[in-house]
Amino acid sequence: MTHHAKLSTLLRSAVLSGCFIFSLAALPAYAMSDEEKGYEIAKKSDLSDSGFKDHKVSMKMILRNAQGQETTRDMRFSVKEVPNMDKGDKSLIIFDAPADIAGMALLSHTNILEADHQWLLFPESGKVARISSKNKSGSFAGSEFAFEDFTSQELNKYKYKFLRQEACPNVPSLTCDVVERFPLYERSGYSRQIGWTDTQDFQTRKIEFYDRKNDLLKTLDFLKYKKYDDKYWRVHLMKMDNHQTKKSTDLVYDAYSFDNGLDDKDFVKGVLGTLY
Amino acid sequence: MKRILPLTCLAALAAFIPSPHESAQAGTWRIGGYTALEARAFTQDHKWAAQSDNLDLSLIVTPEFRYKSDDRTHRINFIPYLRANNVDAERSHGDLREAFYMYRGDEIELLAGANKVFWGVTESQHLVNIINQTDLIEDPDQEDYLGQPMVQIASQRDWGKISAYLMPYFRERTLTGEDGRLRAALPYDTQSNPTYESSAEEWHTDMALRYSHYIGDFDIGLSYFSGTSREPTFNITPRGELRPHYGLINQFGLDLQYTTESWLWKFEAIGREGMGDKFAAAVGGFEYSFYQLFESDLDLGLLLEYQYDGRDTSKSPITTANNDIFAAARLAFNDTQDSEILAGFTIDHETQDSFINLEAETRLGDNYQIELRARFIVGADQGEELYDFARDDYIQLRLARYF
Repeated sequence: MTHHAKLSTLLRSAVLSGCFIFSLAALPAYAMSDEEKGYEIAKKSDLSDSGFKDHKVSMKMILRNAQGQETTRDMRFSVKEVPNMDKGDKSLIIFDAPADIAGMALLSHTNILEADHQWLLFPESGKVARISSKNKSGSFAGSEFAFEDFTSQELNKYKYKFLRQEACPNVPSLTCDVVERFPLYERSGYSRQIGWTDTQDFQTRKIEFYDRKNDLLKTLDFLKYKKYDDKYWRVHLMKMDNHQTKKSTDLVYDAYSFDNGLDDKDFVKGVLGTLY
Repeated sequence: MKRILPLTCLAALAAFIPSPHESAQAGTWRIGGYTALEARAFTQDHKWAAQSDNLDLSLIVTPEFRYKSDDRTHRINFIPYLRANNVDAERSHGDLREAFYMYRGDEIELLAGANKVFWGVTESQHLVNIINQTDLIEDPDQEDYLGQPMVQIASQRDWGKISAYLMPYFRERTLTGEDGRLRAALPYDTQSNPTYESSAEEWHTDMALRYSHYIGDFDIGLSYFSGTSREPTFNITPRGELRPHYGLINQFGLDLQYTTESWLWKFEAIGREGMGDKFAAAVGGFEYSFYQLFESDLDLGLLLEYQYDGRDTSKSPITTANNDIFAAARLAFNDTQDSEILAGFTIDHETQDSFINLEAETRLGDNYQIELRARFIVGADQGEELYDFARDDYIQLRLARYF
């Protein structure tokens, strides 16, 4: 039964869906404090991605150690949008590789105020188990991503401060708003983050993460954005570099498919046993 | 191989059920599985006559074939399992772990063939988990199961999932041969058939019902089983062997988990009638996790469970989990190899005989996994439950290649 914790470690993340909310909509012209400006704009951008109903995507996670040695994990995601603003989205992650964890699956019901609900399928035994969602700053699947990098993207989990405008990192032809945000939820591994969001499509281009001692810990670059259905921007390459350990993780996404007709029945505990 | 014949028939049947959308549905096949080499070394000489002291070596092959139609309505799984062993002829055996066809519609799910079904939440014991027979010869920890032929109908509703099972054929428990370690003082009668309470013997139709759902931080399961007991009693034959006997039982089961912050609180209980007097049994406890121990990547889980069983073992099948405390620690390294260690013990607080268990595993490269298991029995005096196995401490190393 050692598989239990191993699987839970690997799968405890919620939505690895590639939609980070760190974007600012157009800056309002009237006078606001930098804090109000940051919050209002983040709120607007939070809504800008809504309405996609569901999406599916396959992804490869490439883990690199300080010596540059690579290991990879393959997984598939389905996400169903929940219209109710008091509830987060529902997601399902199924691992395909490494082969010894193929079929392992995680179902997540994200909640804004309460703890998330998460269940794991252990394919070898057929066991479905509820797991704790408390671990925020731990590594996701041995990668340089922390659980909170995926699960704590809701607007009200931070307070914000507008810093400046400058040319976007990674896309110098675009202008970016630079906003600092401070986690309000407990047990975060970060003191603050700084995000760059372009003023044209309102997509996040880069985030810097500072540890609790306020030293630069990680940099996340967002590359290869594509627009679907003329509405939804999705990132296809995320590169996380840890400046303290010199390790890095790439997330490489395949093409997304939207509006697959997924409903709540595809995201209930009882469906896990029918997947593999 | 006679044991897996009925399963093969069912599987063959399942594979030819026509799909209503066959022309439109290409679907995908996934082929996987693993082969493994396993070495088990006992640290003491044997206790009972005819047992072997040789290094116990096994080769395991288990390919996996899985089909899913593009609209996910139809599925076929075919997973045979084979073990060849150098010491115990009984341990060289085969099984169909899974061989089923499954239909998943909007309102109902239908499954026909051999499958594994897991119910329950606790770590040290799987009290309510009754559908599948224990493949005991694989591992004394009773966490390996034989594929169970069944027809299952299930429906997912807003208020939970209801499943009904009809099981037309009974799988007898696999038991150690005369040469093998980890057996009782008298050898098992593995040559003749077991005896049954039902005149239909292994063809008695067993049935089961299951309800499972969650409410907030609680997960709940209710179950009912009526049919042939998965646990045997033993009668001594004129040749001085233990011949298994399987009676008919009815069993209610309850499993409950409360998940909050770093705590998982777990409870399972059963009430059973048949094969002796009515009795109840329960197991409950918690798992508490410390995440990122000392600011490292390590997670440490502490587990504690208590096992109670009210059965009279002079009439009912024997259990070791009657007044026992289970304690364990689980260390997850959160590295790219998914390394993990589980160490724990189960102690009978009346007799003090205890079972110590150590499991460790890590991945080598992308496709290999190496696993260490060590089991020790301590303080088992004559007349106590673990006495027959008192010299069967062992260390086991397993290298698996996944494909």
